[in-house]
Amino acid sequence: MTTENNITKKDVEHVATLAKLKFNDEQLEKFTDQIEDIIDLVDTLNEVDTTNVEPTFNVTDQLNRMREDVAVRSNDKEALLANAPETENGFIRVPAILDESGEA
Amino acid sequence: MKFFDITVTELHQKLVDKELTVTELVSETLDQIEADQKVLNDFVTINREGALAQARAIDEKGINPDNIWAGIPIAVKDNIVTKGIKTTAASKMLSNFIPIYNATVIERLQANDVIIIGKTNMDEFAMGGSTETSYFGDTRNPWDHTKVPGGSSGGSATTVSAGNSIAALGSDTGGSIRQPASYTGIVGIKPTYGRISRYGLIAFGSSLDQIGPMTRTVKDNAALLNIIAGMDERDLTSSDKKVPDFTSKIGKDIKGMKIGLPKEYLGDGINEDVKKVVRQAVETLTNLGATIEEISLPRSKYGVAAYYIIGSSEASSNLQRFDGIRYGHRAQNVKNLEDVYVKSRSEGFGDEVKRRIMLGTYSLSAGTYDAYFKKAAQVRTLIINDFNKIFEDYDLIIGPTAPTPAYAIGAEVDDPTTMYMNDVLTIPVNLAGLPAMSVPAGFSDNMPVGLQIIAKPFDEETMYQAGAAFEAATEVHSKHPEMEDK
Repeated sequence: MTTENNITKKDVEHVATLAKLKFNDEQLEKFTDQIEDIIDLVDTLNEVDTTNVEPTFNVTDQLNRMREDVAVRSNDKEALLANAPETENGFIRVPAILDESGEA
Repeated sequence: MKFFDITVTELHQKLVDKELTVTELVSETLDQIEADQKVLNDFVTINREGALAQARAIDEKGINPDNIWAGIPIAVKDNIVTKGIKTTAASKMLSNFIPIYNATVIERLQANDVIIIGKTNMDEFAMGGSTETSYFGDTRNPWDHTKVPGGSSGGSATTVSAGNSIAALGSDTGGSIRQPASYTGIVGIKPTYGRISRYGLIAFGSSLDQIGPMTRTVKDNAALLNIIAGMDERDLTSSDKKVPDFTSKIGKDIKGMKIGLPKEYLGDGINEDVKKVVRQAVETLTNLGATIEEISLPRSKYGVAAYYIIGSSEASSNLQRFDGIRYGHRAQNVKNLEDVYVKSRSEGFGDEVKRRIMLGTYSLSAGTYDAYFKKAAQVRTLIINDFNKIFEDYDLIIGPTAPTPAYAIGAEVDDPTTMYMNDVLTIPVNLAGLPAMSVPAGFSDNMPVGLQIIAKPFDEETMYQAGAAFEAATEVHSKHPEMEDK
């Protein structure tokens, strides 16, 4: 009872947009084929009757563990910024949100 | 000094007796790692200066005779963050990332004066089963340099197997410790979910990931788990269950132990030599007094499908943080902020990581969530029920760790679904959160084959007991690869 899933290049492009990824034509072709194979593999789950079966999202029976709400000193700003690709005056520098030519 | 025939306890005694200083030990370890790095490519970063500085400090302070780990150098998989030591997850995305904090396991190692000798190669973001998806090139199996070491913890497995490190840490989301342990002939365990803090482990599938020890002997493995296990405030899924001495049952006999052998684990798709090794192991364990009976885990064959949905979904969410803003790779020549995200991610991630992000995003997206993500989570429940039922009557479950021995480099890298099936015997354990180990059990054409031992949640002690009894009854673990050019 495997449902035929024909994944199209358009589907893959749509998912890529959601995932903030971009592929060129050649990659898109390859990914469409491979993802179709993977979807065929995972579609075998349709053979399993899961009527009234509760899903398991986590195996731990651990409930939230509360702690006192107290401020503690953690990392220094300079240390935190050390891995940022571009900084300026203690801030992370990014390009403009809107497409602008010239100085961003 | 190769670590083929020495245990951590024996090495510790040499340090206590001043037969060897920590500086000498670390320096020799670094030399042999560096000498083989060109051939094996098992490290991303070798921590020469840091390790030697720490060694000198421990020599000055003196070795605590009650701490067998004092001054012992170990290797750490490159997805476990180390303060001041580059941590890349074998990705271009993090190729220049220097963490500003230590993972909890690293803090615990350092509190015990363990020395971090270097960071080992792996599949990118631990996604893969051969260490071929690393941005830094593939790692070679010490037994045959044309073969993969397995993965994703392939670098950790390799350095231990080659006798260059006495112990290493790996991580296991779907078999990433046990499968490379099997391929390289060493002992690797995935502890119970929650046994070890995941704080500072670069997240892949958060409901599946566990850090674990990789060693030559079962006892060294248990001893390493002793110092890294236990509750951690910073990981809410870490368990507050008491941490026992995991070596406590090692040396006890296994008479009367009841062990299940799933018929599905010796079925289609399992290499004949692997089956033969497992049947021999059954005989060995029977001779030691255990009762082994055939059982069934009927839903285990759906584990791979459920895992790829659940693991990829969690990965697609976890990897959203890599956006080129705060750390990691940022693309050049961008027009706007959106461009930073898309270009940085597209340049920074390799193909396998992108495939998983895509599958995960698809599984979680509108219209497919119920058919994929929820369905997989329901099948997960049924897989757990299968295990629970068996563990009402049995102490342990055994079977092969992987369907085949190590295969040739390049053989499967472009065929994701074939590669995914290599994890068919290890994945159900992650879905159920159980502890499991791979222990060397035999050979196929001179390549190692591992026996997998699966235990009840938080019963690592019984698993180690059986593993040690098996190890003592066989000669397999005493063999090691010859490191001439092959």
